[in-house]
Amino acid sequence: MVVMTGAQAYVKALEKEGVDTIFGITGAAVIPICDELLNSQIRYIGGVHEQGSTHMADGYARASGRVGVCQVTSGPGATNIVTGIATAQLDSSPVVAFTGQVPKYMVGTDAFQEVDIIGITASITKHNTQVREAKEIPQAVKSAFFISNTGRKGAVVVDLPKDTQTDSSEMVFPDKINFRGYHLVSEPDIQEIEWAAQLLARAKKPVIMAGGGVISSGASSELIELAELLVSPVAHSLMGKGSIPSTHPLNLGLCGMHGRCEANYLVPEADVLLVVGARFSDRTTGSLSGFTTNAKIIHLDVDKSEIDKNVDSITRVVGDAKSSLRMIRERIIELKQGSKNNSEWFKKIHDFRAMSEGLKSNSPINVPDIIRAIRRAMPRESIVVTDVGQHQMWSALFYDVYDAGYFLTSGGLGTMGWGTPAAIGAKVAKPDTPVLNISGDGSFSMTENNLAIAVEENLPITVVILNNNMLGMVAQWLRLFYNHRYSAVNRSKRPDFVKLAESYDAVGIHGEEINQIETEIRRSIKNKQTTVIDIKIDPEENVLPMIPPGGGLKDILIG
Amino acid sequence: MPKHVVSFIVENKPGVLFKVSNLFRRRGYNIDGITVGALLDPELSRMTVTVDADSRELNQIVEQLDKLVEVIKIKRLDPIRTICRELVLVKLMTQDPEARQEAVEAINENHGLILDIEPETIIAEITGEPSEIDKFLDRVKKIRIKEISRTGASAIEKGNVIL
Repeated sequence: MVVMTGAQAYVKALEKEGVDTIFGITGAAVIPICDELLNSQIRYIGGVHEQGSTHMADGYARASGRVGVCQVTSGPGATNIVTGIATAQLDSSPVVAFTGQVPKYMVGTDAFQEVDIIGITASITKHNTQVREAKEIPQAVKSAFFISNTGRKGAVVVDLPKDTQTDSSEMVFPDKINFRGYHLVSEPDIQEIEWAAQLLARAKKPVIMAGGGVISSGASSELIELAELLVSPVAHSLMGKGSIPSTHPLNLGLCGMHGRCEANYLVPEADVLLVVGARFSDRTTGSLSGFTTNAKIIHLDVDKSEIDKNVDSITRVVGDAKSSLRMIRERIIELKQGSKNNSEWFKKIHDFRAMSEGLKSNSPINVPDIIRAIRRAMPRESIVVTDVGQHQMWSALFYDVYDAGYFLTSGGLGTMGWGTPAAIGAKVAKPDTPVLNISGDGSFSMTENNLAIAVEENLPITVVILNNNMLGMVAQWLRLFYNHRYSAVNRSKRPDFVKLAESYDAVGIHGEEINQIETEIRRSIKNKQTTVIDIKIDPEENVLPMIPPGGGLKDILIG
Repeated sequence: MPKHVVSFIVENKPGVLFKVSNLFRRRGYNIDGITVGALLDPELSRMTVTVDADSRELNQIVEQLDKLVEVIKIKRLDPIRTICRELVLVKLMTQDPEARQEAVEAINENHGLILDIEPETIIAEITGEPSEIDKFLDRVKKIRIKEISRTGASAIEKGNVIL
């Protein structure tokens, strides 16, 4: 047992968790812990707005699989993390945010920069807590990291009243914490594995739907091995992109509102649908009546509250995707029914894939071609991040990803402005890997000031803006479903993103045509310079395919 | 929709009741009744919630509450094997002697207690199944009820089982 201040205990507890970087902004209520960070090797990356700092922590977490840490002051510092925390939580990304708070004796008095961040974030976190005494800090930090990065991962907020940072106490740093109310799923139930294996072994038209849980569990190879054994096509949700290589012959691609034809036609035709680490989001299922016409659904998830929440399953497997998929595959091999001829089913993939490939745009510089050019320009091992909107769906449809964890996007919350700071966070996690953000003019404008951090901290990223001076996704809805009545979607042509980039000492480029864009991307990566490439695209271009809101998976619009 | 009783053990800490009720609000479930009381272990409390919900909703209520770190154990109580009791304090206007007589009869028939008598009012305590309390209140309504305070249901399962 040692006597130290809460701030010292906080930094020591972070070091014990292996934290190498903290993203945040300082302020009155976190001065003691910021001061203590000067005595530590932990890198502190100061932001320009707390929202960006949380997205950086989120990008860091998704790129590394380790907890992303964010630290902000009380009051407005704390309220500014709300969007970032909700984004991480909805995509099950392990982020821990520490918020400063007014001293305990002032809590509840509406003191300067006091806000009830525990109340505010209760419904957007996996767990949150306020430290009441300095001596609780080691345990609070350890608990936060453990809860955030185990089971179904998520966001945790720890509120630190200023006096708990400055008070001294005897500190105990526990090696292990026992929670009375937080239990991890151990091994999946053998009976559940048996039922799943029996159903899959007998399936004539199996489809696997992979979600973000496959990536977060590191279960890609188990997923692919099972799919290959069954000759089962694999569709994925937005969060599941990368769980199977885009170029794998069994990959159907994205399913849902902007899903590829092969995914949206084959999922409803399956006789057995194995859903792994996905939560039947409305954007993935379309209308529920059109989603589950024939299929017997097996739902595998580490979070049992997801099972039968939106869609009823015939059987469940509650467990980690990696071990569960391996056990299911081993059991199917024992049943000796795995390898069988479903070549007709397999052939359907090709028929529908041809339909997707047949979609062509008439624009001189059409977006799918730009996305493919970015892929060609980027090294095989590189991270692509997206913002939210049309460019995100184009990226999900046309950007080939070969490995899990190399395509990062804000899925559940759909947070415009996530991309640029998340790319910076990813770059911190993997400094030797090129990181590129595919963005739109609307999304980029929301957090472009984070370019200052990329330049200042020498975290070079490349941003490609697909610029239509329009909030393009909403504009697409207005074109298709509101008779072209453009309300609230037109944007000013200002700022000039090239000049803006230059003002941050980044490189700004006008992207004019495909070859030049490719060259500039390669150059930005080779020169390790933060670069913004502004590409004007046709504001009338639609992301296709698309299911109209309320439609089922087969109600695809393709032209 | 039928009424269901869900009982759970929680950490006895500030803010836990908020997290539980906040979860109900966020997911759009309505709480009919809620009771909270300490257990022998001073770190724990037991909450009992009565809800109107269909089976999918009820399942979600249990699963989502179970995910709260502060919720240690949770169970949907078996509707057949559960004893459920609620207490009500009711103040009746009884200046009229006939009303007073009627009130005393109703209270006695429901094995209630008269806690206070004043010239204008009687305060009674009735304990029973929530439905019995509904019936009692319905009966004394014509006497004129001045004030009602119900506790919400407390519940426990029969036999050698625990939560």
